[in-house]
Amino acid sequence: MSSEPCAIIGIGQTKHSKARVDVSEAGLVREAALRALEDAQLTFKDIDAVVVGKAPDAFEGVMQPELFLADALGASGKPLLRVHTAGSVGGSTVIVGSHLVEAGIHERVLVVAYEKQSDGNAQWGLGGGRGGSIGAGGAFAPFIRAYMERSHAPEYIGWMVAVKDRLNALKNPYAHLRIEDISLEKVKESPMLWDPLHFLESCPSSDGACAMVLTNAAGARSVPNPAWILASAVRSEMGQFPGRDAVRPRAGVECAHDVYERAGITNPRQQIDVAEIYVPFSWYEPMWLEGHDIAELGEGWKMTDRGDTEITGSFPVNPSGGVLSSNPIGASGMLRMAEAALQVRGAAGEHQVDGARVSLGQAYGGNAQYFAMAVMGASLDAVSG
Amino acid sequence: MAPVDIAIVGWSQSSLVSAAPVSEPHLCLQTVTAAIAHSGVGLREIGFTCSGSCDYLSGGPFVFVANLEAAGAWPPISESHVEMDGAWALYEAWVRLQEGDIDTALVFGSGKSSPSDRAQLYPQQMDPYYLAPLGADPDSLAAIQARALIDSGKATERDFAEVVQRSLRNAKSNPNVVQSGDFDIDALLAAGYVNSPLRPHDLPPVTDGAAAVVLATADRARQLTDRPVWIRGIDHRIEPHYPGVRDLTSSPSAALAARKAGIGDGAVDIAEISAVYSPQEIILREALGLGDSVAVNPSGGALAANPVMATGLIRIIEAARRVADGSARRVLAHAAGGQCLQQNLVCIMEAE
Repeated sequence: MSSEPCAIIGIGQTKHSKARVDVSEAGLVREAALRALEDAQLTFKDIDAVVVGKAPDAFEGVMQPELFLADALGASGKPLLRVHTAGSVGGSTVIVGSHLVEAGIHERVLVVAYEKQSDGNAQWGLGGGRGGSIGAGGAFAPFIRAYMERSHAPEYIGWMVAVKDRLNALKNPYAHLRIEDISLEKVKESPMLWDPLHFLESCPSSDGACAMVLTNAAGARSVPNPAWILASAVRSEMGQFPGRDAVRPRAGVECAHDVYERAGITNPRQQIDVAEIYVPFSWYEPMWLEGHDIAELGEGWKMTDRGDTEITGSFPVNPSGGVLSSNPIGASGMLRMAEAALQVRGAAGEHQVDGARVSLGQAYGGNAQYFAMAVMGASLDAVSG
Repeated sequence: MAPVDIAIVGWSQSSLVSAAPVSEPHLCLQTVTAAIAHSGVGLREIGFTCSGSCDYLSGGPFVFVANLEAAGAWPPISESHVEMDGAWALYEAWVRLQEGDIDTALVFGSGKSSPSDRAQLYPQQMDPYYLAPLGADPDSLAAIQARALIDSGKATERDFAEVVQRSLRNAKSNPNVVQSGDFDIDALLAAGYVNSPLRPHDLPPVTDGAAAVVLATADRARQLTDRPVWIRGIDHRIEPHYPGVRDLTSSPSAALAARKAGIGDGAVDIAEISAVYSPQEIILREALGLGDSVAVNPSGGALAANPVMATGLIRIIEAARRVADGSARRVLAHAAGGQCLQQNLVCIMEAE
């Protein structure tokens, strides 16, 4: 048994917005898929298998929509897998696709993730379809408050993340939110949704899709700048039981350690050049910096406070604007992987981090209980000691 | 590089009943626990877990999250989920095991069909712009497929009844079915239509249930059992969604999956296939190239019990256990997804 390296040679995403009324679900996924294929200089005919990921079908009200999307994704006559791992699904979908390449089953795999949230009511869906849904913000706010208590982080840290990611989004032509006059004051004065989360500390509800073409070493020769998936890992844990640490879930810690070890990373803070992390609510930036052992306990918010996580900082986080600027839920995890890959390809445009060689993509979901992580490199030996 | 052999080393099915009195996580817990015990692998040793289920069957989002409890996801586990029959979860786990860094995987599939009305539920699975508004339900679509089969001259209503008669007779020796028995063909044909040309017996019974399988790499499998069941090939294919652009009397995706899985490498003794409507067995026999010497659905198949999202995984179990007990040497199992056999998976297994 052996494992082939897996490269990303095509990346596509849609313009994300509140309601993409100009396209159907099929049109939305096809827009991303065609862009990924064009980037890879391939067509649907070159693809061996398709992996589709999205969050609950209840968001759009279509059961197993990949069945009807098979036609739009050129999947007829091919294997098609549908992944669903809650909010982490976009990340998991890339990882499932990468295993098809690494195991030598297929040479070229198209992975696609999307959500068309304007077709339904995501808040209703997130609440399990039951009345009185508290939404994701309601579920996570107590964890955030607990983090603030533990770490003694001042309240303005959340506002800083909200401002930074929205300023980054102004450099990303695909981002949903474009808040030109974003400021700490504006975030602070926005309505309180779920204490301590203000309106502007929360992600939007978006329509959008992301697609990538994955291939093996031979296939990667067709493009000048493939991004290599140096390692990936997934972890899941039960969402509720006495004694569970929901602020720094063990699944997140172990997932990070697994992916670092597989990539040969011993000091993530030094060896990773840029990270795209699932931050749907501002506070999850410092929480995951600590939750994935990038920062020492209680030190994550200080990285934010010092400006380390800005595009020009020592550890840029979410230069794309992140989930705080675009959140088509099923696609959000794949967008993290795609943006991490764009960085090491040197193809991130205005939000490019200078000299990025190693990047981290991360997605989480459920009650902060599902994790999917990958380390990308500009070359197979990008991780230095 | 050619895929390496992976073995099935343990399995279990829950009771398959028309309405289970326990929750889906409970069904999964019983089944996973039994499969793990059967395999001899410790639950904590499992390298990767993958499950298959469908939110819509239970009428809510994130239904599969609760099933994590059955997988014993504490301490945290390496895990994934497909919104598909558990047979595809087995495929994902089989792929994961190819990489060689782990040596065991746990797979399970589960579904409770009893809470919903399939005539209301399944139109939601069809294209939301053109088909769902028509209320395109599975019984009607299966009837269109059956009618096309009759019109093509490939089968008659009597042929459908013969499939039912044999399936339910076979099911008599399977204690874990919803329905079984000896039926007279003419008596079956005397019943009225549900959706012409389909009669009640041509439809699958509403079934709740779960199934679980433990997989191991070659070296690990030989440590665990004297009779590993080797997966020699597994492949799956999809075809267009719109019934109008397909020839419903054939299943090119099933034929292609069978070819890729290595059907041409040798005759199979038995085939367990997910023909949830009786005419589909006739279509699949032709697509899979199953001659008269092949025993099809000795378990009774999906016409005897159809726990959606576990039906395909149960076909793999029913075929595998006949290899393990020595009554068959080379077997085929088939799973299906979507309507009118839109998506098909074929798994070929052998004895040592």
